[in-house]
Amino acid sequence: MSAAFVALFLREMRIAGRVGGSTLMGVAFFLCLVAITPFAVGPDPKLLARIGPAILWISALLATLLGLDRLFQADAEEGSLDQLYLASLPLELAVVAKCAAHWVSAELPLVLAAPFLGLMLDQEAGALLAVTASLLVGSPALTLIGAMGAAATVSVRRGGLLMALLVLPLAIPVLIFGVSAASAATAVDAPLVASFAILAALALAALALCPFAAAAMLRQL
Amino acid sequence: MQTPQMSGSELFAVSPLVVEALCVERGRRLVLENVAFSLASGESLRVIGRNGAGKSTLLRALAGLLPLRSGRIRLGSAEGEDASIATHYLAHADGLRAVLTVSENLQFWRAMLADPGGADGLSLSEALARVGLAPLAEAPVGALSAGQKRRIALARLFVARRPLWLLDEPLTALDQRARDQFAQAMRAHCEAGGILVAATHEPLGFETTRTLDLDVGGRA
Repeated sequence: MSAAFVALFLREMRIAGRVGGSTLMGVAFFLCLVAITPFAVGPDPKLLARIGPAILWISALLATLLGLDRLFQADAEEGSLDQLYLASLPLELAVVAKCAAHWVSAELPLVLAAPFLGLMLDQEAGALLAVTASLLVGSPALTLIGAMGAAATVSVRRGGLLMALLVLPLAIPVLIFGVSAASAATAVDAPLVASFAILAALALAALALCPFAAAAMLRQL
Repeated sequence: MQTPQMSGSELFAVSPLVVEALCVERGRRLVLENVAFSLASGESLRVIGRNGAGKSTLLRALAGLLPLRSGRIRLGSAEGEDASIATHYLAHADGLRAVLTVSENLQFWRAMLADPGGADGLSLSEALARVGLAPLAEAPVGALSAGQKRRIALARLFVARRPLWLLDEPLTALDQRARDQFAQAMRAHCEAGGILVAATHEPLGFETTRTLDLDVGGRA
């Protein structure tokens, strides 16, 4: 069973590497969103420093959605999803393997890009560290919640928008505690540890629940 | 006739496939009504019928890919997902990713479909040799012809040993030589004790034990 899990993870990584563009596209989209914000809110460094963590988190959330809608769609179209039902690996674990590969190939680059984009928003060193750490802890939750949306819209042509409508409300708790953890580093007496603990709890809860929900929806096809 | 060598254990220990009073709906239309048959180890069934008679629906239902309205499908004592992991399903969509090479695709399915406690299937090179694609092992699937892709999908049947083969129009896009080779492989599968259900309009190239005509009723 673990051999099948590893095989699926490696296949997904290989596909991401082969197709190339997807990783770069996500980071570029992330960069665009962060870069246009000062044009909208004005170039005041104090304001940007204050809302920077929120901007980075919203941008990371939107960049996450960009790549997720195809998570199961290509498999469904080419018939691989049928074969995955017949595999010895339970479908729930197949969802986890696909999410893990998606996180490494699409989310981790966003996390790594975040401190550099934070510089554009006049973040101090402590804030850069906090926002990167909060994205590192919270982004697996975004991927897993997004996988539910991707599973629900797998048979919908151009399901990306519908998926965003389904996923964004569910991502609100992650966003709240992600931003709170990220901005706690610079604010005075803010609950840094508590925010991180809740963010980590959300990620673990997503890992425990979302694969079952996504697999149940894929079985309904 | 020469039987191709199977690695691992030679014979499948298969309990019969029993289908009782199967009814399946698609889009609120009853496509299959009271289909019933049973196949013992080594037996094969050819499913025929006009377009829309429910051949593909029957195979998808047998694979556990469709919810049943009523009826039962049992493979020995296994039902549902326990039966699915003993099943190979081959359909029009061949489950191959265009950006990966032939061997990457096959290696992946070999790991995914392998029977955790059972015997291994053929190695990659043996399976590719059997479908005549050994020279193309490192070619990306996207660059292959329809017939070559179909052959890779057939090779998937060989890399993981599973006793029940469900084949939906298996001969599509194959040339005569490949058809003959595959007929041989189907015969070998049944001789090893496997069970085979094939839906096709065309002659399969070997005599199945029974025929199910969905136009005249659901019994074989």
